[in-house]
Amino acid sequence: MLIKVLGPGCANCVNLEKATRAAVAELGLEATVEKVTDYPTIAGYGVMSTPALVVDERLVLSGRVPTVAQVRELLAPTGS
Amino acid sequence: MSVVTGTHLPRAVVERLHTTGGRWTALGAAAVVWVLAYRVNGPLWDAAVYDLAGLDPGGRVGSGVHFFLEDTVKITLLLVGIIFVVTVLRSFMSIERTRALLGGRRQGVGNVMAAGLGVVTPFCSCSAVPAFIGFVAAGVPIGVTLSFLIASPLVNEIAVGLLATMFGWRIAALYIGAGMVVAIGAGWTLGRLGVARWVEPFVFETRLGGQVIDSTAGLTFADRLQMGREEVVSILRTIWPYLLVGIGLGAVIHGWAPQDFFTRYAGASNPFGVLVAVLVGIPLYSNAAGVMPLVQALHDKGLPMGTLLAFMMAVVALSLPEMILLRRVLKPPLIAVYVAVVGTAIVAVGYLFNVLLA
Repeated sequence: MLIKVLGPGCANCVNLEKATRAAVAELGLEATVEKVTDYPTIAGYGVMSTPALVVDERLVLSGRVPTVAQVRELLAPTGS
Repeated sequence: MSVVTGTHLPRAVVERLHTTGGRWTALGAAAVVWVLAYRVNGPLWDAAVYDLAGLDPGGRVGSGVHFFLEDTVKITLLLVGIIFVVTVLRSFMSIERTRALLGGRRQGVGNVMAAGLGVVTPFCSCSAVPAFIGFVAAGVPIGVTLSFLIASPLVNEIAVGLLATMFGWRIAALYIGAGMVVAIGAGWTLGRLGVARWVEPFVFETRLGGQVIDSTAGLTFADRLQMGREEVVSILRTIWPYLLVGIGLGAVIHGWAPQDFFTRYAGASNPFGVLVAVLVGIPLYSNAAGVMPLVQALHDKGLPMGTLLAFMMAVVALSLPEMILLRRVLKPPLIAVYVAVVGTAIVAVGYLFNVLLA
């Protein structure tokens, strides 16, 4: 599973990355979490408000920082 | 594994807060505490500074210190209330919905709608670049997109809420109207100038992939309240240094600056007053909350309201960090024209207000 955290590096992006890593650890997923900071790529996913979360090239969240529990729900259906 | 709630309240309290009734009770209790604190703030510092510490209310130190303490608490309380309420209300709008409303609009009507939507759409200036790309790639004209980007920080809830509580609703309404006029006029002018050639080419080459996620759709009311709380914390955490500097300067002006110092350079009798205020305001980087104490102190020193609103708009709408951010998508000539057009519009509004309010 490839998880991308989209955002130019503001405080919210850091918080989203933290929540995502925590959720991955709680679910025990085999996943790579990487950050995407360049604007053309971010916009290419159709994102207009950062931070955003992309799981296996599918945009699942945009414009807010979710709780760890909410990230777990987002990751659970696509996870194996 | 327990769910992290982000609070350290006792378990019983947390469980009660998570029921609907408990949530409303907590909200009501918070509102009561807020009103009490706001009411008690003035008398409290009167007693502490003048009676307890024995400072002279008419003296420089006494009135300066009193201004600083009272304003710090007052503005913080106002910010907490305003940001919370506005964030919850705005969570029913989203930038995605705004773009859908603006898609295919022509210049003119589009600029008016964009300025209006800029006021009500939840938007952080850190998203200015992806939003610009997203709008333009979806076919929203550049001038219309710029109207949105100008209105969003200019006519923001903090500026309007603080103006309303300190100078009354009439001034706040004038400010909203003026901000909209600046955003509509500047966006329309820039669109007319045919500035597309000064937009970085990659913006037009970006293909929007994937499905669009509405950033605020499907949230429960509890989620929205939670967003309100988080927004209060995150904004206060970012702006407190600007706030303290602003209030500190306000206090110094309030207590120490000679009565005619500012009126000589920017007063009603100086025909260049508004121009001076805007030129001073452009390079200053702060936000509405940081400027407000300054505006208040300068108002007490007799500067006309139009000049002060123009100063405030220049500080809020035009700043170096924002220009650096926009440089990612706009070429330098367009940045220069942008500053010139928005600055001119603000100067015009300042003179207009000085005439209207005189």
